[in-house]
Order: sequence, then structure tokens, then C-alpha cells
Amino acid sequence: MNYLQLLQLALPEAIVVITALAVLTVGLTRERADDLATGIGVIGLVAAAVAIGRLPDSAFLFGGMLVVTPLTALFKLICLALALFTVVLARGSGFTRHAAEFVGIILLATVGLMVLVGTEELLMIFIGLELTGLSLYVMTAFDRASRSSAEAGVKYFLFGSVSSAFTLFGLSLVYGMCGTTGLNAIGQKIGAGPIEPLLAAGIVMTLVGLAFKIAAAPFHLWAPEAYTGAPVPSAAFIASGSKVASFVVLGKILLVGFAPAEGSAEWHRVAAGWAPLIAALAALSIIIGNLAALAQTNVRRLLAYSAVAHAGYTLLGLLAGGREGFGATLFYTTTYAFTLLGAFGVVAFVRRETGGDDFAHFKRLRRHSPLLAGCMAVFMLSLAGLPPLAGFFGKFYLFAAALSAGENQGLLWLVALAFFGSLLSLYYYLLVLKVIFVDDAASTESTYAPAGFDPLQRITVAVLAAVVLGLGVLPSALLGRIAAALP
Amino acid sequence: MIAWTIYVTFAGAVAALLVPRIAARAVALLTALAGFVISLCAFFVPADFSSFETVVRVPWVPMLGTEFHLAADGISLTMALVTGLTAVSAVLFSWDVDERPNEFFFWLLLVVAGSYGVFLSADLFLLLVFYELVIVPKYFLIAIWGSTNKEYGAMKLTLYSFFGGALAVIGAIAAYAAAASLDLQELSRFNFRPELQAWAFPVTFLGFAVLAGIWPFHTWAPTGHVAAPTAGSMLLAGIVMKLGAYGALRVAMNLFPQGYEMWRDWIAALAVIGIVYAAAVALRQRDLKFVIGYSSISHMGFVLLGLATANALGVGGAVLQMFSHGVIAALLFAVAGRMIYRRTHTRDLDALSAMRLSRAMPFAAFTFVIASAASMGIPGFSGFAAEITVLIGTWRAYPSAVWVTGIGMVLVAAFTLRGLTKSFFGDRAGVDTTTPESHPLAPITAAEKWGAGLLMFSTLAVGVYPKLLMDRIQPAIEAMRWLPR
Repeated sequence: MNYLQLLQLALPEAIVVITALAVLTVGLTRERADDLATGIGVIGLVAAAVAIGRLPDSAFLFGGMLVVTPLTALFKLICLALALFTVVLARGSGFTRHAAEFVGIILLATVGLMVLVGTEELLMIFIGLELTGLSLYVMTAFDRASRSSAEAGVKYFLFGSVSSAFTLFGLSLVYGMCGTTGLNAIGQKIGAGPIEPLLAAGIVMTLVGLAFKIAAAPFHLWAPEAYTGAPVPSAAFIASGSKVASFVVLGKILLVGFAPAEGSAEWHRVAAGWAPLIAALAALSIIIGNLAALAQTNVRRLLAYSAVAHAGYTLLGLLAGGREGFGATLFYTTTYAFTLLGAFGVVAFVRRETGGDDFAHFKRLRRHSPLLAGCMAVFMLSLAGLPPLAGFFGKFYLFAAALSAGENQGLLWLVALAFFGSLLSLYYYLLVLKVIFVDDAASTESTYAPAGFDPLQRITVAVLAAVVLGLGVLPSALLGRIAAALP
Repeated sequence: MIAWTIYVTFAGAVAALLVPRIAARAVALLTALAGFVISLCAFFVPADFSSFETVVRVPWVPMLGTEFHLAADGISLTMALVTGLTAVSAVLFSWDVDERPNEFFFWLLLVVAGSYGVFLSADLFLLLVFYELVIVPKYFLIAIWGSTNKEYGAMKLTLYSFFGGALAVIGAIAAYAAAASLDLQELSRFNFRPELQAWAFPVTFLGFAVLAGIWPFHTWAPTGHVAAPTAGSMLLAGIVMKLGAYGALRVAMNLFPQGYEMWRDWIAALAVIGIVYAAAVALRQRDLKFVIGYSSISHMGFVLLGLATANALGVGGAVLQMFSHGVIAALLFAVAGRMIYRRTHTRDLDALSAMRLSRAMPFAAFTFVIASAASMGIPGFSGFAAEITVLIGTWRAYPSAVWVTGIGMVLVAAFTLRGLTKSFFGDRAGVDTTTPESHPLAPITAAEKWGAGLLMFSTLAVGVYPKLLMDRIQPAIEAMRWLPR
């Protein structure tokens, strides 16, 4: 193993880092650098995607610190795509005079996501988590003129750093008990003997940190603040990119590293392990997320609480385990990320036109832009899980995997709970659509001058809606790749 | 050929959204007509009606084992025909929609396309996709273009539909988890464990039956029907409630025959309660649409009762009743919603009885008399043929239920006659202030006459010659495996 080879395998990450530095330099040297920074960022992300296409099929470096498999390549591509959409949507948002720095930090966060996706080793996982986390804290607090942005940033940072501490503590205990940091080796060690109390403590601590990342209840308290207070593009990236990568890494840790300590969450046959823990997180998330979302009158807050509920659904796939379950989780979280990114795109548009994102601000959306109103309908109905959108297939596949796992449909209780949660969620998603499509006739003229979207941004949102529709009609386009990439 | 009903209607829906607003209704009418003609041709082409014959079969999601698989037997063809019939008349009766017509016809045609899809699906996943696809268009149709408490009615209907759909999906996933297949034919040959059937059958059946208006999960129907615009009520009562009954027959009963055997007494009981209860409630309503809404639940009770009989005659009668009620309910709602309400702006029976509408609108009165007669089950109309078949089937399975149902039928006649006299042949002269002589009611339009004529002809034709449908329905039912031989 020489360093040239390492550089080749880490080329995509390297390209994104270099792009980030270039963008920051441009921002330092030029006064109004919005367009240039966006352009460089887009080019860098596309170049990184091309570089991923040229990676070898599989490589395994330094005990799993850098892993190249079809799965990691696929999810690095997805992270890049999410970053690309975020960069485009962030253009011209006007909350900062330092647009180039914002783009630079998005790129750095993307590197963090790629590291997270592309590793099977505890140290690198922690580095990835921290790199992503720190970038996202900065992005959250980026709007210096807004108190709520600063508040959200501080809250997110405090919660985030405490949970990072938990994770690090947990990882160190796991390392101490197993004597290794590679996930495969840890899996073998745990499988070799009974589970020591200290190891159990390590597992629980690790899960706490990751539950924070995916915003599963009861570790979700930062999400409503961050989603509502942060600049819209930051919130979109937190909700999409960070979530996808966190689920990938959580899946790897649970299904590879901690696999022998699974236990069982099946009704009547609960056995100690991480499964009952995850089942409890899932159940709590579904209940709390959906109930809290019912009471919201702000679209971003509503999306935040519903994100908690969706984290709960997604965990079902990890409980089911195996190729089916992990594949269902990955499909669901990916389609969810695209959906939420699109929804935040529409929110950004409304915010620019009306200065807010409460329900009332959406009343005139259908008149201002029928296209974006239609896109919002696609996103909301997909989140509610209605066909022919991606959310329906995702949920069906997820729940089918959960029921097929084990014997006698032992996870039926969770699936039934998830269906009940979906019923609640349909109500509040329809409320959003009601404001847009039903209430608009009664609305009055607003005093705001439209700042608007440029055509490129409208097209971006439309493309996201098309992706959500397309993955609902032809899910094999993504699911086939995921299934082929899973070992 | 029959598969084209789905494609044409989806294409028409998108086209209706994109064309200039003046052309939307024409596009919708052409689309509905095309679907109707196709379903009519497919209905009359001789074929083997007993087998669920594949029309299209394309692999869809290999990981899940689901296919885009359409098939048709006698039942599917019958239901596709009533869908086409109702769709055409629904478009004709919404010829006057001028608020956001593009969206209106888009959602309307989506309901129609999804319904065709449900009736023709031979894959469980595909069936559920179409089934749930119908949910949201109904919400927008009612919430935007409806009347009387429309947002409440729309949300209630949507949540009930989704609740029922979710139960059906749970049942479907349980079947998939056990049999590792989603092909309806394969699943109907698979022997599920009795313990699974014991819970999966009621969950699935109830899930579908919510949409068929089974008591006590019927409460969405009256509020939804009343709040909906005319075409919306016509589609709801005419097609959408049939989706539920069809799903209960095609999925729940076909997949879980042992579960069906365990639970069918309960279904019969709920059905009979529904027939009598809804008829009694209808007797006390003041709003004409509420009368018709509750009558729909009562008539759908006959469908569920027929399904519970477990003999070919009863189940065949249930399918015939699905067709018959689809036509009759559409006609009743057309008169109440379009002919009366759009002109007089009231549906209150007392107010209507002061207006002497039979003289102002003789054609509407004629239509309503025909529809009421058909609804009461006067011989010569489809309602009679269907209900008598159901009752003969019931006599073999549950003789006592027939007696109770008899009370229900008397009540049906009572409230229908009450609605008829009060709305058109009122005798409360002299208190009329709502329609002064200087503002005569607008004449009945040609579109309304065509729509009403089409529906009246259908109920009469089937009433006179029910064999036309039964020849296609009966072989398909006799081929189902749960039938005791």
C-alpha cells in the first residue's frame, strides 16, 4: 500500500476538499462571489461524482478505514447529488453576504458524509460524524442577522456535542473490550463470547449518539429548532444528507459490528440486545413525532416532527435486518432525503416571496407558481405514503421486510403502530395541501415584493419531484442498484 | 384491449390538466367516452368469463416479486363497465364546472383511472397501488369544489379511506410474508395457516369494507357524499364504494377462505344491521343528499350480505347489486346535486316541498321517479333483480336474516317515497318565497339529459334482462375455490 494508491482511492473526497478550499479562497478575494462560488462548487461535485465512477470495484484499506464497494460508491454519489441540489437551491437566498463561505461549508459537510459512508472503522466513523456535525452547526448559525438562527445553532451544537461525547465514550468502551476498531473484527469478537456489562454499556452509548444524528425520539429535541431556525438550505441539508449518511453508518454498525448482540424485539419473545432498544426508539419516534406534528402551524416545524416519525419507520428496516431489511432502510432513507430536500426547496421559495413559512404564508403559492404547488403536493403525498410516489413503495417494502423477518410476524406490533402513525401523518400533510390548494381563494394580497427563484431553481425542485414520482413508479431503478450493491 | 381503459384515462387526466381551461371538459368527456366504449366492447366480446385471464404481464419490481399484471374475468368486466358508465355521466353532470376546471377533471379522471386499475389488477401490490391512488383525488374534489361542511367531510372521508387501505395493506403484507408472492392467482391457491387466516381475514376484509360502507365504519359516507360536488358524489357512490366490496371479494375472501368461513356470520350480522339502521336513519333526514347518502349505505349492506352467504347465488347477487347500485346511486345524486341543488340552492326537503318542482322541472321529476323506483326495488329495474338474487342466496345461508332485511326493505321504500314526494310533489302551496316567479329555474341542459338517459337506460336494461350480467358474473364466481361444492 503506497500513498499514491491511497490518493487514488480517496480521490472523490480529495476533489471535494480542494473544491471547498477553492471556493473559500474565491470568497476571500472577491466581493460578490455568489455565482462564481456556486459554479465552482457544482463543477467540483460533478468532478467528484465522475471520480467515483472510476474507482475500482472493491478495496479495503487500513483495517476498514477506507472501504470501496459498490454500496459505498452508490451512497457517496447520493450524498454528492444531495449536496449539489442544496448548493443550487442556496443560491441567492440573501441571508448572508458570504455566500462563498456557505458553499464551502456545505462542501466540507459533504466530505464528512462521504467519509461516514465509506468506512467500516470506529475512528473514521467518529471523525466523519464530527466533520459533518461541526460543519452543520456552523451552517445552522450562518444567518447572523437572525436571533432564531443563532439560537438554533447553539441548541444544535450543545445537544450535538454532548451526544458526540456519548458516542466517543461508547466507542472507546467497545474498543477497550474488543481490542480493535474494525467493525468486522468487532463483530467476530462479540460473537465469540458472552456480552460483558461494560460492552453492553458501550453499545448503548454508541447508539445514543447515533440516535441523536437521525433525530429519533427521545433524542430529537434539537430537530424542531434546527429545522425552523436555520437558514432553509442548511435545514434541507441537515434533513437530507446528514440523515442518509447516518442511517448508512448506523446500519453498518448494527448489522456488521454489533450483529451478534442483536437480541430480539419480537412480541412475546423479547431478548436482550440492541433490537429491543431500537424497537423502543422506533416506537417512541413514531408516536411522539406524529403526535407533535399534528399541532404545528409552521411548515418547517411540521417537517421536523414528521422527520422524527420517519426516523422511526426507517429503523424498522434495521430491526428486520438482513439484506431485505437493510436494503429497505437504505431505499426509504434515500427517497425520503430527496423528498425532504424538494419540500425545503418549496419552503425556500415561499420564504423568499412572503418572508415566512407558517401555513398562512403558503396560501398564495398556487397562484404564484402552480408548478411549485404541484411539486409540494408530490412531496407531501409521498411523505404520507401514497402511491404512485416513492414514499408508498418505500413504506410497503419496509413493512414487508419487517413482517417477513423472524417467525410468526413477531414485529407486527411495530408495523401496526407504524400504520397508525401514517394515518395521523396523512392528516397533517393534507393540512399543508389544504392551505395551498383549498384556502387560496380566500387569501388577500400580501405586501411583500417577490424576490423569486431563478428558472434553474424551479427546474431543480421539479426534477426532485420527478425523482420522487419516478422512484414510485419504477422503484427498481434505485432498489436494483441497492440490492446489487449489498453483499 | 381492456387494459387501455387505464392508460387512456390516465393520459386523459394529464391532458385535462394541460389543455386550455375551456377545453378541459371536452377532453374529459372524450376520455370517459373512450374508456366506456372500450369497457363496453370488452364486455360484449365472447370470452371465457370464468378464468381470470391475463391481459398484460410485465415484471415490475423483481426484488419484491411484483408484476404489472392485469387480468379480467366476468366480475372485472362488469365492474369496468359500470365504471365507464358512471364516468361518462359524471362528466356530463359536471359540464357546468367553471371554477378551476382543469384541476377538477384531472382529479375526477384520476379516480376513474384508479378504479379501472383496481378492477383489472391481478397483482396484489398493483391492486393496492390503484386502490390508494383513488384516496387523495377524492379529498381535493370535495374540499375544493364541494358544499356543506366540505373540509370536514373531505378530511373524514380521506382518513377513513386511508385507515381502511392501511388495514388492507397489513393483510396483504401478511399474505406476502407467508407465501412470498404477490400474484393474486398464486396467492388464491396458497394454503395459509389457519392461525394466520383467523386474524388476516377480518383485518383485510374490514379494511376493504370500510370503503364499502360497512356498519359501524360507515360514517364517512353520508358526510362525504353530501359535501362532494355532484360528480364527486356520483363517483363515490357509483364506483368508489364498489372498490371496497370488490377488494373484499377478490382479496380477502379469495386469499383466506378458512378465515372467511370463521367470520362470515359476523359479516352477515353487520350487513343486516347496516341495511336496517341506515334505512331508519335515512327516514329522518331533512337534507335530500343525506337521504340518498344513507340509502347508499343501506344498499351496500345488500352487497355485504350477499358476500357473506358463501353460495354462488348470493355472491353473484352481490356483484349484480354493485353494478345496479352504481347506476342508481349515480342517478339519484345527479338529480339531487345537479338538477335540484344547482338551480334552487337548497336541498332542504321542507323548502323543496314548497317549490312544486315537478311542474318547474318535469324532466328532473321523471328522472327522479325512475331512480326512486329502481332504488326501491320495483320489478323491471336492476335493483329488484339484484336484491332478489341476494335474498334468495341469503335464504339458503341465513333464513332469519331475510326476515330482518325485509323490515329494511320496507324502510327503504318508505324513505324513498318520502324523499320523492317532498322534493318534487310537495303540496305546501303558498309559502314559497325562495323562487319567485320572476326567476324561473334554468331549463335542464342537453348534457344532463344525455347523462340521465344513459343511466336510466342501463338500470332498465339490466332490470329487464339481468341474464346479460349474470352470464358473466356467475361463471367467475363458481370458479372461486372457497365455494362449497
